Amino acid sequence: MEDTFGVGSRSRTFLPLTLLSLLTLPILVGYVWIVISTFSTRTYGLMPVDANGNFGGWTLSNWAFLWEDPIIWRLTANTLLLATGLTIGVVLVSSMAGYALSRINFPGRKSFLATTLILHAFPSVTLLIAIYFVLRWIGGIPVLGRGLPIIGGFGYNTLGGVILVSVALELPLGIWLMKGFFDQVSWDMERAALIDGCSRWRVWWQIVMPMIRPGVAALAIFSFISGWNAFLIPYTFMASQDQSTIAPYLRGLVGATVPINYSEVAAVGMFQLIPILIFFIFTQQYLLSIFGGGAKGGQ
Amino acid sequence: MTAISKPAPMVEARPRESWSDTLRRSRSGLLFMAPAAILVLTFFFIPVIIITGLSATDMSSATGFQKWDWVGLENYQRMIGNPQAAYITWNTVKYVVLTLSLFNIGMALVVALLSTHIPRRAGFIFRALWLLPRITPSVVYIMMWKYVAADAPYGILNAQIFGPLGMETTNWIPAQPWVFVVLTNGFVGASFGMVIFTSAIESIPRDYMIAALVDGCSLWQRIRYVILPMIRWPLLFVTTYQTLSLLTSFESILLLTDGQFNTEVWSLWAYHRALNNYIGNFQWGFGAALATVLVLVGIVLAVIYMRYFQFDALVQEPKIEAL
Repeated sequence: MEDTFGVGSRSRTFLPLTLLSLLTLPILVGYVWIVISTFSTRTYGLMPVDANGNFGGWTLSNWAFLWEDPIIWRLTANTLLLATGLTIGVVLVSSMAGYALSRINFPGRKSFLATTLILHAFPSVTLLIAIYFVLRWIGGIPVLGRGLPIIGGFGYNTLGGVILVSVALELPLGIWLMKGFFDQVSWDMERAALIDGCSRWRVWWQIVMPMIRPGVAALAIFSFISGWNAFLIPYTFMASQDQSTIAPYLRGLVGATVPINYSEVAAVGMFQLIPILIFFIFTQQYLLSIFGGGAKGGQ
Repeated sequence: MTAISKPAPMVEARPRESWSDTLRRSRSGLLFMAPAAILVLTFFFIPVIIITGLSATDMSSATGFQKWDWVGLENYQRMIGNPQAAYITWNTVKYVVLTLSLFNIGMALVVALLSTHIPRRAGFIFRALWLLPRITPSVVYIMMWKYVAADAPYGILNAQIFGPLGMETTNWIPAQPWVFVVLTNGFVGASFGMVIFTSAIESIPRDYMIAALVDGCSLWQRIRYVILPMIRWPLLFVTTYQTLSLLTSFESILLLTDGQFNTEVWSLWAYHRALNNYIGNFQWGFGAALATVLVLVGIVLAVIYMRYFQFDALVQEPKIEAL
């Protein structure tokens, strides 16, 4: 196996490998615990124990919430809806904007690009207080505010509102990434299509979008994960924990004032974690590149 | 009069485009931009205006949305005069400086350096593992840390380390809140710098490294005199970028301690005052003033960040228009 700088004999890699393993250990401990804990009555540290404190006590009863607590399925459906809505919204809106910024000359192009870059660094969480007022105002609009099926509308205390805010806050990153991907596409095919009288919309949807499929996939994966994980926005803008998504509900369980049964709570956490872990196994390369790519401005 | 028509002005061979022509020509461009523009306007620009305006009012759940008054800079005076302000500012500085130096820069650099000095495949696996905390749902991630620190006999620290050694056991989060605030944020934050530093280190020409080796440089000398000078630009970028994001992020503190045990930071203070507290009196005006301070810091840092990280190079004219 080749070392990055061609300096790696076994003895030379031993020290960095050991050090790195030690530093990485704390990360692994938490995940090992959550797996053990969800299948045991209780745990003393990483050791599963039964009711008397002896080793053992393996059980599946922590997963009983899946069929005993109907709330979890509504929350799962909502979380899935949030993640899917966020993904579709971010990919569509930012690929449209990214395409225009990369390919079309229109007044305000440069300033929009500058704005996007500033917003990319801008800390959007500081605006939550004001966004609360915007959502309350949207909530006052008939039908659109709180009269839509499934997502409830786009106002305060609706799933649609949470999706809308999440899409908006992710746009600076999305637009920037998409523009970068469009910039790399050669424009010969596009020019040919335009000369043949193809409209800009068809060029975008049928010619250029398929060419940047890896970019779309990367942004989609990233958005889905952040939608599935989202805590702060649903927690802030959905008044009732039982109506929102898994994360605020889990926070309610962990933050309860009564002594909590860690094994049961861990099972709910594991339930939220599983899709992410599966995603992670298949898409680490994409994710590693998007965290670098999201910050391309600095290179 | 009409017979002698004025000669067509030579200079205006291409007459200035009228406003409606510009609009027609760039219609599709503007349509492509419309959804993004509307969302950015609604959720970035209008909120900035709202939050600035709101900070000059006494609006709270006590006044409601009708009976509030303009109070000018009173909220800012209250903020400065507030006895909490001093220690919350100190907390914020502590939180940003410790997390940034120990993890977002320090640990990121260590992991990037170590993982590029072992076989490629192993390095990749370690970097993937370090990414794990970032993509784990924050509620689940903090729950893990809470269990690490939990009381004996449950907590992992107590059961696996302090108990067997016969040392004092306790719930470590109230006992050492700042250790855990820095650790929880740090293990998430380190991966950003790690990814950027790794790609910077890997793009250093091999010749430099080989030359250094031929000259008999030790590992430390190679790091100090070859690698660090060559990645100083990414280092500066990560430092400024992460300072800003740490200054305004409060999600994991909210989940870990909710500001208890003297861990309230500025952004969490604003959030608590305006949107989420147990007393149930939401002081939107005062909270907005607290947030406005952060918004100002954010804008200044973002503009600096844009100026110094070669923005113009990224904005080329679109080629297709040169058709």
